[in-house]
Amino acid sequence: MAASRRQRLGLWLVLCTCLLTAAAAVDADNDDVQVSGTGHDNAAGGPTVPPGTGEQGAGRTPETEDRRWEATQEEVEVVVEEVQQAGDQDQDQDQVVDPPSEPPSRDDFKEELVIRPLHSGDIYASFQFRTVWDTDFLGGQKVSHYRLFPKSLGQVITKFSVRELHISFTQGYWRTMQWGQPYLPSPPGAELWVWFQDTVTDVDGTWKELTNVLSGIFCASLNFIDSTNTVQPSASFKPLGIGNVTDHRFLRYATLPREIVCTENLTPWKKLLPCGSKAGLSVLLKSEKLFHSTFHSQAVHVRPVCQDPHCKTTSLELRQTLNVVFDLHTSGQGKREWSLFKMFSRTLTEACPLASSSKVYIDVTDNPQGEQFDLSPATPLLSQAGVLGDRRTYSVYDLTQQATFGPTRSLNTLLRWKSPEGDMLGPLLHSERYVAGYGLQTGEIHTLMYNNHPYRAFPVLLLSTVPWYLRLYIHTLTVTSKGKDNKPSYIHYQPSKDRERPHLLEMLLQLPPNSVTEVTVEFERALLKWTEYTPDPNHGFYVGSSVISALVPSVVAMDTNSTLERPLFNSFFPCKEETSYFMRIYTEPLLVNLPTPDFSMPYNVICLTCTVVAVGYGSLYNLLTRTFQVEEPSPGLAKRIANVIRRMRGVPPL
Amino acid sequence: MAAPLTLLLIVAVTIRAALFRSSLADLISERVEVVSPLNAWKRVVEGLALLDLEISPYSGDVFHETPLVIYLFHFLVDYAEITFMLADCLTAVALYLAVKDYNKQVFRKQRYALEADRYPMDCLELIRSPKEMYYIPLKVAMFYLLNPFTILSCVAKCTCGLNNAVIALFILSTIRGSALLSAIFLALATYQSIYPLTLCVPALLYLLQRLYIPVNVQRSSFWLYTLQYLFMFLGSLFILVGLSFFLLGSWDFLPAVYGFILSVPDLTPNIGLFWYFFAEMFDHFRLFFLCVFQINVFFYTLPLSIKLKEHPVFLIFMQIALIAIFKSYPTVGDLSLYLAFLPVWNHLYRFLRNIFLVSCVLLACSALFPVLWHLWIYAGSANSNFYYAITLLFSVAQILLVSDYFYAFLRREHHLTNGLYLKKKDGSEATLVLK
Repeated sequence: MAASRRQRLGLWLVLCTCLLTAAAAVDADNDDVQVSGTGHDNAAGGPTVPPGTGEQGAGRTPETEDRRWEATQEEVEVVVEEVQQAGDQDQDQDQVVDPPSEPPSRDDFKEELVIRPLHSGDIYASFQFRTVWDTDFLGGQKVSHYRLFPKSLGQVITKFSVRELHISFTQGYWRTMQWGQPYLPSPPGAELWVWFQDTVTDVDGTWKELTNVLSGIFCASLNFIDSTNTVQPSASFKPLGIGNVTDHRFLRYATLPREIVCTENLTPWKKLLPCGSKAGLSVLLKSEKLFHSTFHSQAVHVRPVCQDPHCKTTSLELRQTLNVVFDLHTSGQGKREWSLFKMFSRTLTEACPLASSSKVYIDVTDNPQGEQFDLSPATPLLSQAGVLGDRRTYSVYDLTQQATFGPTRSLNTLLRWKSPEGDMLGPLLHSERYVAGYGLQTGEIHTLMYNNHPYRAFPVLLLSTVPWYLRLYIHTLTVTSKGKDNKPSYIHYQPSKDRERPHLLEMLLQLPPNSVTEVTVEFERALLKWTEYTPDPNHGFYVGSSVISALVPSVVAMDTNSTLERPLFNSFFPCKEETSYFMRIYTEPLLVNLPTPDFSMPYNVICLTCTVVAVGYGSLYNLLTRTFQVEEPSPGLAKRIANVIRRMRGVPPL
Repeated sequence: MAAPLTLLLIVAVTIRAALFRSSLADLISERVEVVSPLNAWKRVVEGLALLDLEISPYSGDVFHETPLVIYLFHFLVDYAEITFMLADCLTAVALYLAVKDYNKQVFRKQRYALEADRYPMDCLELIRSPKEMYYIPLKVAMFYLLNPFTILSCVAKCTCGLNNAVIALFILSTIRGSALLSAIFLALATYQSIYPLTLCVPALLYLLQRLYIPVNVQRSSFWLYTLQYLFMFLGSLFILVGLSFFLLGSWDFLPAVYGFILSVPDLTPNIGLFWYFFAEMFDHFRLFFLCVFQINVFFYTLPLSIKLKEHPVFLIFMQIALIAIFKSYPTVGDLSLYLAFLPVWNHLYRFLRNIFLVSCVLLACSALFPVLWHLWIYAGSANSNFYYAITLLFSVAQILLVSDYFYAFLRREHHLTNGLYLKKKDGSEATLVLK
């Protein structure tokens, strides 16, 4: 180990000297250097500076760092090539060595698990893995060396000029009414939304390619995303990372409510983690337990974030989240207790060695004096965080501390309920959606939004995407709250085109305090071509969840500084003001039946209809081409035979 | 004659007004037999709502009316019921006047022929008397106004009523001999739904006949008049389309209206032949059959014009009927227009072969439409084939009705030249056959 440190030091010295000589040259003609540097990079593909060597630049100002980077590429390439192998070996060893003691890294990995006992007796476990890569991806330069950031995703993001990418796969529906608000909401099925960079010219083509590539990466049917289920919301999906792009031409949003999530989606998702499923929190992710749950949702979010409080440089953040709700009533054999082993059939033995932070949070807000449940092993570490407008208290287990694991060298947190179910304050905002009406001709979509705040009204943005085969009639749109008409202050409606694009309805509504707001719109069910039905047509057609984005008044002041060190679970949605927080909820997807033709009949129908047309054509043809004539009865058979004989004999016929 | 017509109009308006006020109005306006995606009132309202939201009504696939209709209802949307009742009355009055004029001409021609001794002696019973012809115009108006199909169509506020009014005005102006008005109304009807384009030929034949210009390709007067009429027709069509463009500021309406009529993307069930056929069609044959079915509507114009060049009004009737049967989105409102002409051909009654059967089938089908629709859509105890079978039968009945009238018309003409009681060579009674 001592040898490797010495080697690193040597490399650093070489770099510094080269840098000093190069700085002058760069000042002279910066552009040239950059061009040649990039050109070389593209051509050679291989020899770039190993990240281990560049790490120390973090203390400098970004400008000099960039310059050093460029200079390094041009001037030091020989040196770099010489030391490349040594550096690589160095780095590999380095990673196995104690990670927290590592100097500030160009990419940083954190992992955390939040466990929240729900009042219904279920357990909500939320994993978050965050990789932040201090690289200027958006600048368009080619990056070919990857360390913690998964290369497969990085290449996709560079190739398709993606600014932000959010993808989630969910099995089951999050019951806001019973479970409260999730840390990261997601609709049932698959959801994908992408902000492209404004350099993309053919957004639709890029989107099509991207969905196909992602479908391969995640082994999901994302290739079913086409123009008929893609929309461009104008207000509901703002970029979550930095960059005030508001031109929604570069945004694409699609859901596949029918997508089924299973092991084959989990495996590629786990492969994106630096530690795979070998170490750290990800050892808990065993599919046989994860999919034996009431709710399972896994997501990948890529976005540019600020590197420092002044936001001079950007980093690329990859967040992988996995949320799961276990129903312990059914699997707990009547006892209300759970432990990590019971949930995941594994215990924790170590943190991921590549992670700079690895923590387990357990929400103990409702249990200040321990009257609700017992938690063992007890931890002295408590943490408070403002989550979703509320201040919550968490017991924290820091996995990077050996003490956490105790003498057994494994952590198996156990929670045992004492009292039966407590009651929970209902969520401030929740929603319901259903289809009303009977028969297969028309119907009505009802969306109910509940504002449970006793005295504050707040605005919500409702986004509904309805497939083209349910023809919405926008003039039947009614919005009522408390029995009165509630006129939306903003409506963005895009009518559907048959077989081309879906309906998109976006509305900005003010929800009065303590009220139910009902949005209804009528639709007509279309009869499709027989080849357009799914193989199980009488199962029905899914309509994706509506998205409700709201600024909900918070109970406690929210932290608006996004760069401060915070637990991952409350730092996803940027918070703009202290008095309210952003919240997104998804309604139920709908299952709608359409009238069906008889699928066994194509030949019969073609024959019968053509027959009718032929009857029309034939009878007219008959009347048009023939004329009326007096019928001369044809002679009888005997006479005709006699005539034939007579003709042969040469005698005149009868 | 004015008094009975006024009474009839009052009765018709009363029935409609009563139905508008009843709870049946909503039910009727949802019926697929009465409204089609092309002319449903619900879609007109949707188009207006889209205009209010400052979205082009043609950017979606719900609205398929022409721009003039939407601008008409932009002002008249609050008076829609009155507008539709007025349109029906206007159609009836126009048909009334047209048929009255036409009967006068028929009678005049018949008198000339009689004076010239052109009819065989035994044909006297085929000669039409003024007495029996007296009530025909009123019957026509009555057949139109009191036809349940018309009433349903009007109560559903189906814009097909407006198209019928335009076509009725076209017929009136043609029979009155006003070439310009005829061309304008024909252009308007064509602009509304393409298919009336085929009425151009009978109108031209009629106007030529009226001016005693023989249909002869070697005569310059024939070509002069034809070109004049076509110029007026195409000119007004061009003005209408241009006007729509200026009202709307884009050409979006062309694919949304005419592309929609011709390519039949909406397979909502109706009484026609297209919906189920194209729902069940194999994708790679779709275009072929689409062409076949659309050409089929226009195809009959030429042979019928040759066969019926002496009788342009009957040709108009045939064309309207064939359009109503074979068009892509037919409704019962289209039927009611040609059914209104049946009293004009009263004198053909003795030659009709299967009128009883056909009327029974038409009545039975009309009753079965809602029943089988309910079984398929609401009760779920039948499937689409049941409804399809009824639409098929309904089409067959209409085809038989039209071809029967055509047969009867041709036969009467044959008798008028060859005598009614034909004898064989041996003096026994002969039977007439088509050969």
